[in-house]
Amino acid sequence: MSLKSLLRLASLMIGALLMGPVSAQHEGHEHGHEGHDHAHEHAVEAVAVAHDATHHEEAKGGFDAGQLIMGHIGDEHGWHLWGHTSLPLPIILYNSERGLSVFSSNRFDHGHKTYGGYALHDGHIVAVDDPDGTDAHHASINEELTQATWDISITKNVMSLLVSAALLLIIFISVAKAYTRRAGQAPTGLQNLMEPIVLFVRDDVAKSAIGEKHFMRFMPYLLTAFFFIFLNNLLGLVPIFPGGANLTGNIAVTLVLALLTFIIVTVNGNKHYWHHILAMPGVPGWVLAILTPVEILGMLLKPFVLMIRLFANITAGHIIALSFFSLIFVFGETSAGAGYGVAIGSWAFTVFMMCLELLVAFIQAYVFTFLSAMYIGAAVEEPHHH
Amino acid sequence: MLLASLVEPSFGLIFWMTLTFLTVLFLLAKFAWKPILNGLKEREASIADALNEAKRAREEMASLNAKNEELMRAAREEREVLLKEARDIRDKEIAEAKGKAKAEADALLSRARIDIQNEKNAAIVEMKNQVAELSILVAERILRDKLDSSAAQQSLVDKVMAEAETRKS
Repeated sequence: MSLKSLLRLASLMIGALLMGPVSAQHEGHEHGHEGHDHAHEHAVEAVAVAHDATHHEEAKGGFDAGQLIMGHIGDEHGWHLWGHTSLPLPIILYNSERGLSVFSSNRFDHGHKTYGGYALHDGHIVAVDDPDGTDAHHASINEELTQATWDISITKNVMSLLVSAALLLIIFISVAKAYTRRAGQAPTGLQNLMEPIVLFVRDDVAKSAIGEKHFMRFMPYLLTAFFFIFLNNLLGLVPIFPGGANLTGNIAVTLVLALLTFIIVTVNGNKHYWHHILAMPGVPGWVLAILTPVEILGMLLKPFVLMIRLFANITAGHIIALSFFSLIFVFGETSAGAGYGVAIGSWAFTVFMMCLELLVAFIQAYVFTFLSAMYIGAAVEEPHHH
Repeated sequence: MLLASLVEPSFGLIFWMTLTFLTVLFLLAKFAWKPILNGLKEREASIADALNEAKRAREEMASLNAKNEELMRAAREEREVLLKEARDIRDKEIAEAKGKAKAEADALLSRARIDIQNEKNAAIVEMKNQVAELSILVAERILRDKLDSSAAQQSLVDKVMAEAETRKS
């Protein structure tokens, strides 16, 4: 038991470490926030510097790696395709004062103009008091109304989400048809491609982590989560439309996935599971006073770590690959020769990173699904007498 | 601001993600995972059945083969026995036939020999008779020739008488 609680403490610390840089990033740039932990600030210094440089160079019109990378891994209203061409996407806003507003992201003119009482300010939609067509940079922001506005626009990530959802449905419903049409026969084509992965998730993930008795109940969630993450990881590696969105590297997406795992674990937790969390059997009362809060923290930390791991892995991969590319242009600015020279190395490194990312795409999908299955397995585990 | 947006989950995306993921989960669970997992399970079951069936058939086949082998062996043995018996019978019959034939032949031969002897004896008797007859005939002829005159007959009578006289004395 002491080993188990030690492990829990360790995972807690890892979680805290992961949290640090994240909150530091947050603070470093949201200057209005309070309660910083400056110890972690240096962890993202490099990115921060690149990003700060953005503002200085923007005026000069030079190449800005920070802006480029953040633009690629972040979300945006409208899907930037190339140069000044963007695919306009619907903006959907709601607040009680102005009701529902739906219009094209084109109306903002790449964030330069206000429309319908809203403007794009650093990628976020803010409510303004100025009339349509005012220069967004000089618009007066209505902070109170901005806080009260719900933004459920179809952003680049939402668009990518819908595309991947459609792909998942098309792929797997057609595969499912093959199973009913050619029942009992050897798999062919797409079915043949998917079957080993489905079997892998069933046998090596669900069955091994949850156990023979309960695993079938959780197969739909585990399979959906696995293929959703895997497909979006792969789509994220495709540089052209409709790929290239950093969906699984977005904290909102991993948050929802981790939350679903947490809900499934919590809802399915049996008496045995709760007994172990709330009052570890065979532990004296005074230890329980320490252990129970740790156990509860561990229970909450599990989904949190799931969320951070997927987000950080995918985002980091994108940042590295894009950084290598940015090097070309950073050097290219000093001299064209240097740019071409660096390009060879950068290209090689990016190819290498892409190969690595292909592996990571699978591994992260596997890890997320496997850990979810493990947590579910712990929740439905039958008490065994030891 | 952009960095902040990375770690600050946006409400819009959470909303759409929850909605989309749950919809996809529901649709896939109903229309994809259920038939796929059922199909896999059924196929695995049918493959396992087929393998078991094949194993049983193979075992049956093996036992049948063993039985066949046993039967063949028994048949071969029986054939051997039959052949041997037949050979023995044949040999015996040949031997018997040979014995019988020899005995018959011997009997025939001895009978023939007796017959020959009899014939020979008869022939000898007949020859003796004929020789006697012939001798009588010859003697008759000679006598007739020599006693065709009365003088000769007288001389003979005299001679016989004389001889008889001498024999009497």
